[in-house]
Amino acid sequence: MNILVTASQALVGLFVDDGSLAVTILVIVLVSGIFSILMPDMPLVAGAMLLIGCLAVLFANVMKAAQE
Amino acid sequence: MIWTTAAPAVTTAFLSSLVEAVEALTIVLAVASVRGWRPAVLGALAGLALLLLIVVALGPLLNRVPLHALQLVIGVLLLLFGMRWLRKAILRAGGVIALHDEEIAFATETEELRDQARQHETRLDWLAGLASFKAVVLEGLEVVFIVIAVGAGRGLVGAASLGALAACLVVVAFGFVIHRPLERVPENTLKFAVGVMLSAFGVFWTGEGLGVPWPGEDLAIVAIAALFLLIALAAVALTRPRVGAFP
Repeated sequence: MNILVTASQALVGLFVDDGSLAVTILVIVLVSGIFSILMPDMPLVAGAMLLIGCLAVLFANVMKAAQE
Repeated sequence: MIWTTAAPAVTTAFLSSLVEAVEALTIVLAVASVRGWRPAVLGALAGLALLLLIVVALGPLLNRVPLHALQLVIGVLLLLFGMRWLRKAILRAGGVIALHDEEIAFATETEELRDQARQHETRLDWLAGLASFKAVVLEGLEVVFIVIAVGAGRGLVGAASLGALAACLVVVAFGFVIHRPLERVPENTLKFAVGVMLSAFGVFWTGEGLGVPWPGEDLAIVAIAALFLLIALAAVALTRPRVGAFP
């Protein structure tokens, strides 16, 4: 049982370390996805939102962690 | 097989597997040094068998998932996984958090096993084997995920598996020769590089899943990786003086 709990924790830990980073990434994907549905003629804009959003959130998160 | 996609997939699988295999080997060697090779090797083999079972059970299911849905789910998981690695690697490179030290990990695991030896002498072989099993399963799960993530959706699971297998064989061969943790592996540099590549794959697959026609198709992965590298290097450069200014 103990090993199952450890394995589950490790599995979640594979994807989530800093909770705010994980949540922000999911929000960016969601917003890009909604944009691609609402504006199907501009799929590249959704791609740009996704890419720039991820780069920005990574940079901001690291800077915040460094300040803390 | 498209070389521009295959090369990053195989390289990513190789480098990330190298890191995970080194971490697993450190624990297996600690077990071997305390209780001998029998429980260490048996635990490691049991761990490998479980991983094989997971791959055999889950592998065929991937072919049943629609391609766009598969790309979207794997892309999002890769984004979470890759950016988590990259964030940590940037913070380590910038000196904000301590570097992972295999020598310390080896010493800690050895000490824990000796503690257990004092408390549960009769069950120790079982506990030692379990430690070895756990290390192989937990680190191996990361390898399995990366291989599936960078390989699925483009028919590259076989190629990525070969990259991962090559890395594991290299690490095991070194482990048997030197019988010590591979402390000279530039682990953070590898994690930095793999974090950049996994994040790039993550953005690419998520975009494909959302129906984004990336300019240059597969070549876009290289361009996205270059942007992540640029931002990551800038972040390292900016965190270093900040840490120094506020000790």
